[in-house]
Amino acid sequence: MERRKFITSGIGAGIATGAAITFGGVDNLLAGNAAQPYDLIAVRGGEPDVMFDKGIEALGGMSQFVKPGQKVVIKPNIGWDRVPERGANTNPILVKRIVEQCLKAGAKEVFVFDHTCHEWTKCYKNSGIEAAVVAAGGKMVPGDSERYYQKVEFAGGSKLKEMKVHELLVTSDVFINVPILKNHSSSKLSISMKNMMGCVWDRGFWHKNDLHQCIADFLHYKKPALNVVDAYYVMKQNGPMGVSLDDVITMKSLILSRDIVAADAAATKFFGKDPAEINHIHGQCRRIG
Amino acid sequence: MNALFLKRLRVVLSVFFLVLLTLLFIDFRKSFSREFYQWAVSLQFVPSLLKTITVSGVVAFGFIAVLLLTLLFGRVYCSVLCPLGILQDFISWVSGKTKKKRRYKYHKAWNIGRYVLLALVLLPLLFGSIAMVTLLDPYSLFGRIATTLIKPFAVFGNNVIAAGFAKADIYNFLYRYDIVPVHPAILVITTLFLGGIGWASFSRGRLYCNTICPVGTFLGLISRFAIFKIVIDKSQCTHCGRCARVCKAECIETKTQKIDYSRCVACFNCMTVCSEQAMNFTPAKTKPFLLPEGLEPKAKGGSKKIGTDSSKRNFLITSAVGIAALYGFKSADSIPEPKKPKVIKPKGESTVPEKKTSPVSPPGSRSVERFNKICTGCSLCVSACPTKVLQPSFLQYGLIGVMQPHMNYRRGLCEFDCTLCSEVCPTGAIVPITMDAKHLLQIGQVHFEKKNCIVETEKTDCGACSEHCPTKAVHMVPYGKLFIPEVDQKICVGCGACEYACPTTPFKAIFVDGNPIHLAAEKPKTIKAKSALKEGEFPF
Repeated sequence: MERRKFITSGIGAGIATGAAITFGGVDNLLAGNAAQPYDLIAVRGGEPDVMFDKGIEALGGMSQFVKPGQKVVIKPNIGWDRVPERGANTNPILVKRIVEQCLKAGAKEVFVFDHTCHEWTKCYKNSGIEAAVVAAGGKMVPGDSERYYQKVEFAGGSKLKEMKVHELLVTSDVFINVPILKNHSSSKLSISMKNMMGCVWDRGFWHKNDLHQCIADFLHYKKPALNVVDAYYVMKQNGPMGVSLDDVITMKSLILSRDIVAADAAATKFFGKDPAEINHIHGQCRRIG
Repeated sequence: MNALFLKRLRVVLSVFFLVLLTLLFIDFRKSFSREFYQWAVSLQFVPSLLKTITVSGVVAFGFIAVLLLTLLFGRVYCSVLCPLGILQDFISWVSGKTKKKRRYKYHKAWNIGRYVLLALVLLPLLFGSIAMVTLLDPYSLFGRIATTLIKPFAVFGNNVIAAGFAKADIYNFLYRYDIVPVHPAILVITTLFLGGIGWASFSRGRLYCNTICPVGTFLGLISRFAIFKIVIDKSQCTHCGRCARVCKAECIETKTQKIDYSRCVACFNCMTVCSEQAMNFTPAKTKPFLLPEGLEPKAKGGSKKIGTDSSKRNFLITSAVGIAALYGFKSADSIPEPKKPKVIKPKGESTVPEKKTSPVSPPGSRSVERFNKICTGCSLCVSACPTKVLQPSFLQYGLIGVMQPHMNYRRGLCEFDCTLCSEVCPTGAIVPITMDAKHLLQIGQVHFEKKNCIVETEKTDCGACSEHCPTKAVHMVPYGKLFIPEVDQKICVGCGACEYACPTTPFKAIFVDGNPIHLAAEKPKTIKAKSALKEGEFPF
């Protein structure tokens, strides 16, 4: 496995601890490579928006990802008719700050959507994401009608050959993935890669045709420019929807990476599992590296 | 009172109610609050009457208001409040615009027909079947016409415009919507009704209302006693016949200067065309029982008894049957019995067909049998349902429940945190339930068929069912290197999320079999989750 540089930072005490590591083992590389952008940032102990500001700064700022005049699409997890504390959907405070940062970096427009599991208007509303996005100047886009999806080819996919994906993925310049870290009954964990499932119309096809492989295959179509894993509230059990508040712990963490597989591997560790346990992550670690 | 004023008042009010009810049924954007739904349908006669009878402790005042209005002013319900009546007026109006010469002429009432039909609607109620009311109640008929036939056009128009906006990256104004196709049989039945009623109103005005409609016939029995009536001043009348030519109820006989008040829908068209001002809407001094034409004694030679008695008899018999019928199904309602198992025949081929023994009735309906006895199939819940899981049934409930909605888990899932159908139901077929009650209400039970499951057949992970389960009644357990669903029926609420999400075709590997009588589900046990990390600690 290729070496990766990580930076982890705690906000609780107001001081960045700044321990840089490579994936798989601790290594003191921080001093020698401080000028290089990090592959992955992990932040703990702050509010979602504060942690994001800190994390994106360490990645070189939002201008590294969004250029003036670009059209940005943000894909949080808004799958369920649940309030933020239930840990089923991405934290609205985080989504709001990302929209703000994109616009600050000069984005022409910022769109936010998800193909929800529950009735979409209720998900958008009760997740708090609709209000947050609109307040920040972004636009919520529906994803509940097949008419919003366009057929695209998946060159190189082993199970997915073609798929109907949301039109915003086709028409936007920048794609930012903002999943929430949670337990998941189908894929064991739902993080960045699993979040891509909300970009397609026919999720049943994935379930039918080797779920883990399909999750991995999606990356042949598109990899997000940036992955921001929300681990503020983390659903540890009964995912992805949750049965009660008992399922949720407050972890106050955030992981940022350009590399979707690295983000998921790191988030898996935060969850308390080994990435090798999660098929779609493990498989990608081997294939894409 | 001024004739033109009365007519304009009638037109304004009727247009208001037609637009209101049409919007209510074609709305797909959840524009209206629960209270608005209840308010908008509160004056509909049949639902309001049913709600009062079937939901203990509730008096829906709408039907009392309609009865009082009828006693005061005649059948104003038919001309101002009934959406089907107003729709017919609209068709008649169009017909008048297209065919200049076409006018109405007086016809005798088809008394035997309409009273027999009324009895045919009421008698089955004695045996616990509301099917005839479902079929002929004007409000419910209108609801189905609006939902099945008008709504698709509204949605189509919306989608065309929304697609245009989407091209310009404008998404916040309109959004596209996917309509769920109804069962073809429902489409055919509703189209036939609209066709028939449309044709009748195009050529003969309120023919449906005065021959078939049970509400029209019933209110006709009362409107004879109305205080205010349109009265012909015989000294002024010149027998010119203008009034009869504009009478869409075809109930004015110019020759004898008589109006059949059992059929007059108080539209006031006649008054506006009378050049002699010989027609007035005033407290009438006439005797109601002498008036219904055809039954009235003829001068000296005729037998007085026949007319008077048969009219009274009609009234008494239908009233008695009606009251008895209402009592009949009220008492039947209190003893819900398990319904006989009905096997739903699958189409196509598959390894293991779903073994469903009962359809699933909506949460709040208490039992399938109770629901079948009260629901008139107006489709208001179908239209309001955010997940489209409520769909009009064809034979799922058997012949007795054609057009009554059922939970179609092929179309959607019943959301855990939604009680909308119970709140909009105007008849009490679905009784309002609280969110807490909904969470512990079991309308059906989950069944798992391993032989159909992806994990078994494809040897790959799936878990779509467990993913969507709100209580984890469906949870995943180790199965070799994979995970397979396991079900716990005790905590299952029967929402159908598993069945909806299950990707197998044509038969599902997991499905919900309806509870003929709704049961209580146990509350899922939970344990507090713990973090693997200490505060501020990093895992690498």
